[in-house]
Amino acid sequence: MPTVLDSLNTALRQALTQDERVLILGEDLLDPYGGAFKVTRGLSDAFPGRVLTTPISEAGFTGLAIGMALRGLRPVVEIMFGDFLTLAADQIINHAAKFRWMYNGNKPETERVSLPLVIRTPMGGRRGYGPTHSQTLEKHFLGTPGLVVLAPCALGDPGQLLLDAILFTNDPLLFVENKLLYLAQVQDITQSDDFEFRIHNDRTDAEPGFAAPTYLCRVRGAPPPTLTLTAYGYMAELAQQAQRRLAYEHEVFVELVVPTGLSPCKMHPLLASLERTGRLLAVEEGTRNLGWGAEILARSAEALGARLKRARRLAAHDLPIPASGPLEAHVLPSVENIIQCCLEMTQSD
Amino acid sequence: MLPQKNLWAMKTMQQIEAELYRAMFRIRRFEETVLDNFPKGVFFGTTHTYLGQEANAVGVLHHMNQDEVVFSNHRCHGHFLAYGGDARALFAELMGKASGVCGGRGGSQHLHWRNFYSNGVQGGIVPIAVGAALAEKRKGARAATVAFLGDGTLGEGVVYEALNLAALWQAPILFVVENNHIAQTTPVELALAGGISARFAAFDIPARELDTSDVMEILPAAGALLEQVRTQSAPRALILHTWRFGPHSKGDDTRPAETIARLRQSRDPLTLHAARLSPAEKEAIEAQVEDEIQRAYQQAFADPYSSIADL
Repeated sequence: MPTVLDSLNTALRQALTQDERVLILGEDLLDPYGGAFKVTRGLSDAFPGRVLTTPISEAGFTGLAIGMALRGLRPVVEIMFGDFLTLAADQIINHAAKFRWMYNGNKPETERVSLPLVIRTPMGGRRGYGPTHSQTLEKHFLGTPGLVVLAPCALGDPGQLLLDAILFTNDPLLFVENKLLYLAQVQDITQSDDFEFRIHNDRTDAEPGFAAPTYLCRVRGAPPPTLTLTAYGYMAELAQQAQRRLAYEHEVFVELVVPTGLSPCKMHPLLASLERTGRLLAVEEGTRNLGWGAEILARSAEALGARLKRARRLAAHDLPIPASGPLEAHVLPSVENIIQCCLEMTQSD
Repeated sequence: MLPQKNLWAMKTMQQIEAELYRAMFRIRRFEETVLDNFPKGVFFGTTHTYLGQEANAVGVLHHMNQDEVVFSNHRCHGHFLAYGGDARALFAELMGKASGVCGGRGGSQHLHWRNFYSNGVQGGIVPIAVGAALAEKRKGARAATVAFLGDGTLGEGVVYEALNLAALWQAPILFVVENNHIAQTTPVELALAGGISARFAAFDIPARELDTSDVMEILPAAGALLEQVRTQSAPRALILHTWRFGPHSKGDDTRPAETIARLRQSRDPLTLHAARLSPAEKEAIEAQVEDEIQRAYQQAFADPYSSIADL
């Protein structure tokens, strides 16, 4: 199977091939370098004039892409490190995310604006890059009205998710790629010896006109799960490793729910799993305070009431990410942390 | 947009002069009507009036074709009306009515109609304007984009990212800087080091600078620059030193009353231009515009509020 990076690179190539309105803008994208993480490698040679390498001006070129999207193109922006999204935050929150709603009140269909813009960016730590190149900052953008946030994982087809986003979105969309996910192998969920998968694709519920799938994963042949584990992006990889060890080493069986749509928040598959297990552990690489897991727990509690017996969050410590390997490993949630937490939650009642 | 532009070549100078006066007087009476009625509580939020700067919007936007694009800012009423926007829809937008330009969602600063866009954050829309210009260029259109900035906007870093990209990628855009010498309450001397034209020169963007309130000086300068933008598909700048007569928004003017009075005497674009019209012609235009603006206000006032069901 290809890596997630291969899958995303193929998707960008397909998007450029299938729709001439697609352009890619970002820093250091030109071949032979092909972008800091190589997601755009080979594209500037194959599509001259459509992969634009920019000055170090995140707000400026994000703004350019917004203007291009308003005027009928379908630009894709790469922000080299997710940490630098803060430099473009005003463009994303005060401009891109507002325009469709703000401008389109009282307008006939033909006079409305649309804003088909995809902003891709790598997030996450575990590579020793230190406090300003390792963060998981998407929590600051989740819940922004008018902005869709997606996170691919290694399950299914991450490239298809990106391709659909580029070709079909009419809203600005933030596409959060975890750095360690790039080198992970894509898992063919139809051919797994170890796991059984179900995909939840609620197309009628999908805001931008395409589905952001949620994957449900169980250890193959295991008894009914007693806990629901939810995580996205690379954290879902670690959660799956924990899930396997819990089954084989501890005989604790959990169901893993992996959303690819973070905002707007789609709760249906998770709530269905919680109806079966009554226990929830939400795992994220972002900081714990006021984050994604907090929202997931709040919504689960609101929906299930007393049927939710136990709920916990596992997340990064509320600190910047240290550069030193042992310190960074301590600050970010690990497979061991997940296993420990699941054991506590399933054995204490 | 104004349909008469296609007939530009067929018009006499006298007709053009009358049109320009009408367009400027329309903005003047719109803004005065806004300020007169604000204390009654008919408008939501705040407003930034264009009093004194009318010649800028009218002199520049008179040249725009149907397919061309305008990006404006917080002080957008004059730009919107000069672009050809409807006075009733603008009053209604300020009143939060369903008939407003954006159904009352945006209010005074956040307008979109046809190819006209404004937003309330300083400088943020400038790179977006550059992107729009580049999109038109990529589509093969020979269309110019205009972006209006104020002297206060020049404090925002993103403006220089946008100028750099506009020059690097040769965006067909005209930057119009309206230096009204005051940003909210801060005089330009306390906010701006160096010169304005040097900022464009640094990016090799040719700039023309005018210190005038006479629409007949602005009109040809803007026309020539826009023609260069279209034919050479490259950025240009027009720096207009101007004066606003009203407060930044409402009742927040810290300048001495004598200063304003002196400006009104020497730099009023309506007085300067009225000298070119016969008294009868001037009176007729003013009566027609007065009637249009008062009817627009009354109609907007009678319109229903936007429905919560449409949110």
